Amino acid sequence: MTINEIQDEIIEEFGFFEDWMEKYGYIIDLGKNLPLIDAQYKDEEHQIKGCQSQVWLQADMEEDRVRFTADSDAVITKGIIALLIRVFDNQKAADIAHADLYFIDKIGLKEHLSPTRSNGLLSMVKQMKYYGLALSAR
Amino acid sequence: MNGKPMAFLDSAASSQKPEQVLEALDHYYRTQNANVHRGVYALSQIATDAFESSRRTVQQFINAGSEREVIFVRGTTEGINLVASSFGRTFFKAGSEILITGMEHHSNIVPWQLIAEQTGAVLKVVPVTDSGEIELDVYASMLSEKTALVAAVHVSNALGTVNPVEAMIRLAHEQDIPVLLDGAQAVPHMKVDVQALDADFYVFSAHKMLGPTGFGILYGKEKWLDKMPPYHGGGEMIKEVTFEKTTFNELPFKFEAGTPDISGAVAMEAAIRYLEAIGMDQVMRREQELLEYGTEKLLAIDGIRMYGTAPHKAGVMSFLLEGVHPFDLGTLLDKMGIAVRTGHHCTQPLMARFGIPGTVRASLGIYNNEADLDQLTEGVIRAATMLR
Ligand SMILES: Cc1ncc(COP(=O)(O)O)c(C=O)c1O
Repeated sequence: MTINEIQDEIIEEFGFFEDWMEKYGYIIDLGKNLPLIDAQYKDEEHQIKGCQSQVWLQADMEEDRVRFTADSDAVITKGIIALLIRVFDNQKAADIAHADLYFIDKIGLKEHLSPTRSNGLLSMVKQMKYYGLALSAR
Repeated sequence: MNGKPMAFLDSAASSQKPEQVLEALDHYYRTQNANVHRGVYALSQIATDAFESSRRTVQQFINAGSEREVIFVRGTTEGINLVASSFGRTFFKAGSEILITGMEHHSNIVPWQLIAEQTGAVLKVVPVTDSGEIELDVYASMLSEKTALVAAVHVSNALGTVNPVEAMIRLAHEQDIPVLLDGAQAVPHMKVDVQALDADFYVFSAHKMLGPTGFGILYGKEKWLDKMPPYHGGGEMIKEVTFEKTTFNELPFKFEAGTPDISGAVAMEAAIRYLEAIGMDQVMRREQELLEYGTEKLLAIDGIRMYGTAPHKAGVMSFLLEGVHPFDLGTLLDKMGIAVRTGHHCTQPLMARFGIPGTVRASLGIYNNEADLDQLTEGVIRAATMLR
């Protein structure tokens, strides 16, 4: 699936939720089930510092695709990370670099990507795109 | 908020404002607006009178010895920076010690680090116990002839601890060491008498005590302020300027360069009048009642841990739920219309001391009630079932 097809799929899924409780319940479940980042990558180098919660992100090339793993110490942050990984993982580097990330806004999680939220997610998206850019230039 | 009735439990960050304060601001800009200490015209005199009336009200509110000892600043942070820079430049030398506590707000750490770097002074830190207190004998043992100043928080914003400041000041004064108190979380919640305390400097912010943002007070004993050079240069703070030499205005104007926050002063006076009408003793009694009520309810929740369990506390409840990140808890509480602060509360060294990333902090104001605390505890329980 393309990046936009996955985004549309997520938007459709979230359309079924009646209220914020269900929505956050789902995000929390995603967070709890996110495959963990390999322990060796949970270091300074892979850390994205936020004031409120920390994020770790690691990227690799597999043929012409970028593979991401990530983690956070906060489970809601981790759930949103799981969504971001679902969108960007296993995509072509150039597609990641040029992607328009609209699903976050559409499913009502925009506040989590606000620069004042300081949970590391905004920096994480930037970092994912940066990996996309760097890896597509290789 | 978020479609729910809101429980505002973040007054320690900034309080809500009563009608009277808003009216004072409105009234000032509509009918009194002019620059102060300048014009001969009547309106400027009216503005000056309102401005100086506020200074008198503040002086009486904290029982300062004279109006010359009440300096208008932008807030606690600026007040501390003023003392660090001006007092520090005059009295610190290489090897001088500045004694702070382990529960200081960054505002009472960083200014001292900056001046320490310039003067060769060093920062010493009184350790915090598991209950979030400092021990007087440990504190006393850290005072010495090298100590140039004690700078301590009166009431901790992160833990609620009310420090034994009378004893701390007495012990410091026995060795002729001056003491600055960060009163940002004290003045809004209890009667503070700077002369009874015998504090050398006392600093607080208007916006935490029902007043406007960007306004605050530095109280300083005249004997120190007289010996301190100006902090900022400009208009208002001068007596005479030539290109060769400038002589400075007298206190308090020496430290108030430029056009001051006139509307802020006027609104601050309204906030003080409002608090005085209730009575600070009554404010404290009511907030203590709510503190006890909320603490008991929170402690009944499975897996909760309070940070700051001193017997003498102000209206701050800082806590964590076992196995739950404070950011997650705060996010869900926000969805339920409960405004609490999560994170390190600008006290990173204190959080490091407890080995935690931060806490969830509910803090009280005079307008809170039991229903707010019921909403909080129900919210925490609901969030806990979602997160665990
Ligand atoms: C104990 C304490 N000191 C200092 C400050 C800083 O106050 P302001 O931001 O008003 O300068 C605060 C407020 O967050 C505080 O709680």
